[in-house]
Amino acid sequence: MNLILKIVFQRLGLGVLTLIAVSAVIFSAIQMLPGDFASAILGQSATPETVKAFQHQIGLDKPAVQRYWEWIGGVAHGDFGYSFSSAGSLGGGHDRAVSDIIVPRLKNTLILASLAAVVAVPCALLLGILAALYRNSFFDRFVNSFSLAWISFPEFFIAYILMLYLSVKFQFLPSLASVSNDSGIGDYLVKCALPAMTLVLVTLAHMMRMTRTALVNLMSTPYVEMARLKGASRFRLICLHALPNAWAPIANVIALNLAYLVVGVVIVENVFVYPGIGQLMVSAVASRDIPVVQACALIFAATYILLNLTADIIGIVTNPKLLHRR
Amino acid sequence: MSELEYWAGRFRKGQISRREFMGRAAAIGATAMTSNLVAKIASASEPKKGGFARFAMAAGATTDTIDPGTWPDTFTQCAFYGAMCNNLTEIDAKGQVVGDLAESYEPDKEAKKWVFKLRKGVTFHDGKDLTATDVVETFRYHMAPNSKSAAKSLLASVKNVTSDNPNTVIFELDGGNADFPALVSDYHLPIFPAKDGGGIDWAKGIGSGAFTLENFNPGVSAKLKRNPNYHKNNLPYFDEVEFLSVTDVAARTNALTTGEVHFMAGCDLKTLNLLKRNPKVKIEEVEGIGHYTFAMNTAIAPFDNADVRRALKYAIDREEIVKKVFLGHAKAGNDNPIASSVKYAIDPEPKYSYDADKVKFYLKKAGLETLSIDLSVAEAAFPGATDAGVLYSEKAAKAGINIKVNREPNDGYWDNVWMKKPMVAVYWNGRVTCDWMFTSTYAEGAAWNDTNWKNARFNELLVAARSELDDTKRASMYAEMQQIVHDDGGTIVLVFNNYVNATSKNMAHGDVVKIWDMDGFRMAERWWFD
Repeated sequence: MNLILKIVFQRLGLGVLTLIAVSAVIFSAIQMLPGDFASAILGQSATPETVKAFQHQIGLDKPAVQRYWEWIGGVAHGDFGYSFSSAGSLGGGHDRAVSDIIVPRLKNTLILASLAAVVAVPCALLLGILAALYRNSFFDRFVNSFSLAWISFPEFFIAYILMLYLSVKFQFLPSLASVSNDSGIGDYLVKCALPAMTLVLVTLAHMMRMTRTALVNLMSTPYVEMARLKGASRFRLICLHALPNAWAPIANVIALNLAYLVVGVVIVENVFVYPGIGQLMVSAVASRDIPVVQACALIFAATYILLNLTADIIGIVTNPKLLHRR
Repeated sequence: MSELEYWAGRFRKGQISRREFMGRAAAIGATAMTSNLVAKIASASEPKKGGFARFAMAAGATTDTIDPGTWPDTFTQCAFYGAMCNNLTEIDAKGQVVGDLAESYEPDKEAKKWVFKLRKGVTFHDGKDLTATDVVETFRYHMAPNSKSAAKSLLASVKNVTSDNPNTVIFELDGGNADFPALVSDYHLPIFPAKDGGGIDWAKGIGSGAFTLENFNPGVSAKLKRNPNYHKNNLPYFDEVEFLSVTDVAARTNALTTGEVHFMAGCDLKTLNLLKRNPKVKIEEVEGIGHYTFAMNTAIAPFDNADVRRALKYAIDREEIVKKVFLGHAKAGNDNPIASSVKYAIDPEPKYSYDADKVKFYLKKAGLETLSIDLSVAEAAFPGATDAGVLYSEKAAKAGINIKVNREPNDGYWDNVWMKKPMVAVYWNGRVTCDWMFTSTYAEGAAWNDTNWKNARFNELLVAARSELDDTKRASMYAEMQQIVHDDGGTIVLVFNNYVNATSKNMAHGDVVKIWDMDGFRMAERWWFD
């Protein structure tokens, strides 16, 4: 157990280092965006002095390196700064902390991601196991081609197809996922149904096929053959003998897909007008609200790193060979 | 017409039968030409109260605030200016300036001093009475030296704003301006309650408008409820309204066809005919005053030569561009930036149309055989700018002008390309008055004079017309100015774009304001459910 803890801390340390590197990349990428917030919001009529005063107010006149350290220092204390929009047209408007803007959006994205994950992960595992169990049967081929077909389309296309049939033609479900802060659970379920369905369809194939492949590979190993010779049933063979050894690659793929559900939903959120963090980031980039963009990017990076870390640890824990290194 | 309207009113109230109404209409002389109108009047209903209207807007960003100095796009303009607030004046459906919070307004002899008398009995949503202090503080807010308000330059000519009693506001201008009442109808200038100790309190979202703000989630939605104490008789009709920011056009269209919203801004022109076929939807198309232009920098060669400019104006096939790029949902321009619905507008002669011979004639006059120029375009300038540029280039090449169309990045277009490159595509929202349009973009030294155009006679007329209170004299001055811009200016006014929106079938309205989109942004206040 101590070993696992050690690995966890080691990986967490590495994760923090990666995050710092990522933050530098984010910051410099944003420096390269053409146009700046001050002149964007002030319009063409603003005099250079007004622009300068405004840049000073929001701290854009400091050198980039200094701004970077101030930002990173703030983030380390959990302070993501203030949205540029809080500067208002006369200064001293009302302050809008980046965290206040992001938290409700992040909550929405997490709700949508968990809804999709709750459906997609068990479905993918079950279908993958069944496909491995009935390998090369009609069922196996059908599930494979069906899920491959969905993953081959771009997700906005799937979104529009679902929208066309389920909301425009037959009017089962709303096409706008316009949840608000005071929406109840029922409201969330109905409004998130279409976006969640889209996400399930685009992530299902990846996880399902990895489960199937990992299992099929193991099925040809001598120890499984031994078990079969012993007379174990096919179900027992897969669930008790093969699956424990297949967890590492499956966990990896699931982690990647979960990360995708959080950070890759930009398009789905925009198509369904779902007020999540992806949509927020797009809007913030368009209006050059740099503190918000940076915070979103950092949250995305952290999500990826954390989920990958979890997958690594699951891989290690389920594999005694890695756990007891000689 | 008034008699027809009288009978139409009786018919709508059920006092006469349809047959009788048609008979009466025919008797008055409503012939085939007006029969459409008769049908329209007969089918139009009396406004009804009630309902929860949802509007899907094409704009909106997470950086939106209630601060009236910002309000960059139609989301904030409709939700805050149009539904929550009132100005001193507003523009009616006939394009005339009428009082809103101001009951009356009078200029002095030179139109340098304007006295506005406020309407009595107007209250803000928190119950506070409207007083002159609120008006004074509102204007000072935009005019303050450290103000970043978008209306600051608009109010640059205002020297001082004061009040001598709670019902009177006095504006002192640095020069005469007969159009000042139109200026204060700008959507940045609604009246907010004054704060103790100066300034205005906009952050709470309290105005005097038809609706009170329930909640506002920037970049997502704004929900408002009917103001029971609204000062306009019988308005508004809706109980509740909600504005949703739906920037994706397909999502807006779907939301309208599934009935989740009752209005969508900005239809997709390519699929408009499909949308038209939907029996639950109707298209609202209004000829606007916004226009798309190609602006040439007249300070540099070859555009400093008026004959070259004229050759370029003849080298473009506007009708073709209207048909192919805007699919008919625009009106070809004639290099006069004043739309026909604006007061004093004329249609200058000769009308520019594609004419290769005239292009060659004017090129020769300028001492040139051929001409090569660069044209910078981007979809950020206006949707379809690239296609329009390419069509222009194709046609111009046949007349001896080589136009290299450079597609610029959308990001930073207004910072790095507009007013920097020699010839660029531009979008103008249009202005309510001739003076406003000319002063902001065609006057010598104007901050937005993107053609660097300097015409002595034009600038002289501009100042003279501004303070002229005699209507006939003003009309002739503005006519001459429009002619000068048409003949000599560096702007190719390509088209006036139509506003193409769609509503659910049961949404109704009277005559709409053409000055701005969506019934002058005030559809929430003026429209109703049938």
